[in-house]
Amino acid sequence: MEKSKLTDPFEKARLETGLGEMNDQNDPVTMLLRHKDVRKSAHNYKTFQSGATPGRIVIPSEVDIRDTRQIPFEVDPPEHKDYRAIIEPWFRRPLQAEYEKKLTAIITSIVEHALTKESIEVVTEFSLPLQSNALTLLINSDASEAETWISWGTHVFRSEGEALDGDKATVLYDYIENQIEEAINSPSENLFTKLVNSEFQGRKLTKEEIKGIMVLTFAGGRDTVINAVTNSIAYFSEHPESLQRIQKEPEIIGNAVEELIRYFSPLTQMGRVVTEDTYVCEHAAKANSRVSLCWASANRDEKVFENPNEIILDRKINPHVGFGFSHHNCLGATHARQIMRILLKTLSNKIQSIDILDYKENIEDLDQFKRKVGYDSIHVKFNPKTI
Amino acid sequence: MAKITFITSDNEKITLEGTTGSVMALAVENNIKGIDGDCGGVCSCATCHVHVTPENMAKTGEASEIEMDMLELDDNTDEYSRLCCQLEISDAIDGVVLKVAK
Ligand code: HEM
Ligand code: HEM
Ligand code: FES
Repeated sequence: MEKSKLTDPFEKARLETGLGEMNDQNDPVTMLLRHKDVRKSAHNYKTFQSGATPGRIVIPSEVDIRDTRQIPFEVDPPEHKDYRAIIEPWFRRPLQAEYEKKLTAIITSIVEHALTKESIEVVTEFSLPLQSNALTLLINSDASEAETWISWGTHVFRSEGEALDGDKATVLYDYIENQIEEAINSPSENLFTKLVNSEFQGRKLTKEEIKGIMVLTFAGGRDTVINAVTNSIAYFSEHPESLQRIQKEPEIIGNAVEELIRYFSPLTQMGRVVTEDTYVCEHAAKANSRVSLCWASANRDEKVFENPNEIILDRKINPHVGFGFSHHNCLGATHARQIMRILLKTLSNKIQSIDILDYKENIEDLDQFKRKVGYDSIHVKFNPKTI
Repeated sequence: MAKITFITSDNEKITLEGTTGSVMALAVENNIKGIDGDCGGVCSCATCHVHVTPENMAKTGEASEIEMDMLELDDNTDEYSRLCCQLEISDAIDGVVLKVAK
């Protein structure tokens, strides 16, 4: 049961001081590790702000590689609320029956394709196509757009071996700028057109704002979904009994998805900039320094979760922060939850077992901590249900 | 069987009947405005926040500690606040009236 395990590197520091330290490009980050502190600070946007220099709340910092402000992610209330109101109803479409039906068709065909192969690399041949095809539904674009997005590879923003790569990010920016022009010249039913026609505080959104919203839709939902899906496959390969249980008790799927998100925490942390001298865990935090809300550590907090390092599929009370907390909680969560729910259902109906052939772990280097977030690659064989 | 009445933020009054499951699930099935139940009832989203009318508090009881911690950071929480995914439908809560917080 070792291959699918994601250990908790934060335990000792969380118990002892509640804090971690990370030096990121000479702009150090104090990591908040306790569930209570993470939630409180996420809620307190006045002291812990998102609307800092674009890129600064992301870790590793993207200050040097972009100027576009991501919206609503890098905006604080009250403006944040007005931006979110524009897109929130759109991001709830995944609950519609028609959407669910199309998403089921996408996931079924990917699982069936995987069953025809002797060996399949999950990250690039399963999770990435699943993520990209599913995103065509969220954006309501032509299904064929997925081809373009898949061709970008798993890391749109970085070349092999480099943490940040500004040139690579321009591929995405160019694509988005073109799509905005197209939406202006020949309107359709997609999210680009919806934004071109939307108003913010009584005026049209600017192109720069539309870009800020769309880049976030592409970036925020890419690695996170890919990791959630890939980690799920690894987990089920070591726990075929869980697949059987889900098939017998589909009513636990909702709980199982929340539990997998808690355990995987596909987004490890997100930063905030401190606006006034304050204290976190009896430790001084200076104005204009950075803290991070470490969702992954909060989700293993022994004060909140019993047996935090175990996946308990039907965990009933599960106040996890895998999708963030408070104002900026994940806008893509409805979409991501639907993907995961349908994936679990489909796997449990079609798959008997999964064999891991070989794998390479993706370990995040957080200075004081090394955290496994998923896999760089993992080859598996899917075995069909025989009865 | 229990009758449960929801009062939405635009003062619409809807009475539903349920036998099992959570009050949140009943509300979501019937599209009660302001109750989304995003997390499916595991106490992680607070999109099922209601205010129990004071005279009904004895039936529902007060929020648990984990629920309180969640509510404490939600908008317009008071001593009558509950996350209705944590309210099980049973005869004990028959006739309860809940004001939707959002
Ligand atoms: C399992 C998959 C996902 C996980 C674990 C995840 C996690 C998170 C977390 C923790 C935050 C909070 C960030 C903060 O407080 O600073 C967040 C915000 C956000 N996520 Fe996700 N996410 C996922 C999928 C998606 C998808 C599919 C999309 C869209 C396509 C998306 C779009 C966003 C956006 C737009 C925000 C910012 C919301 C705001 O600032 O109001 N996410 N996500
Ligand atoms: C324009 C916006 C963004 C850019 C340019 C960007 C860029 C990057 C880069 C360069 C990496 C690789 C980091 C490394 O390996 O050292 C990365 C990883 C990641 N990003 Fe983003 N990011 C953006 C927005 C977001 C948002 C909004 C979220 C979530 C809400 C997110 C979630 C993640 C996650 C979970 C990883 C780790 C994936 C992995 O390495 O397996 N990103 N991003
Ligand atoms: S439904 Fe999420 S907290 Fe009640």
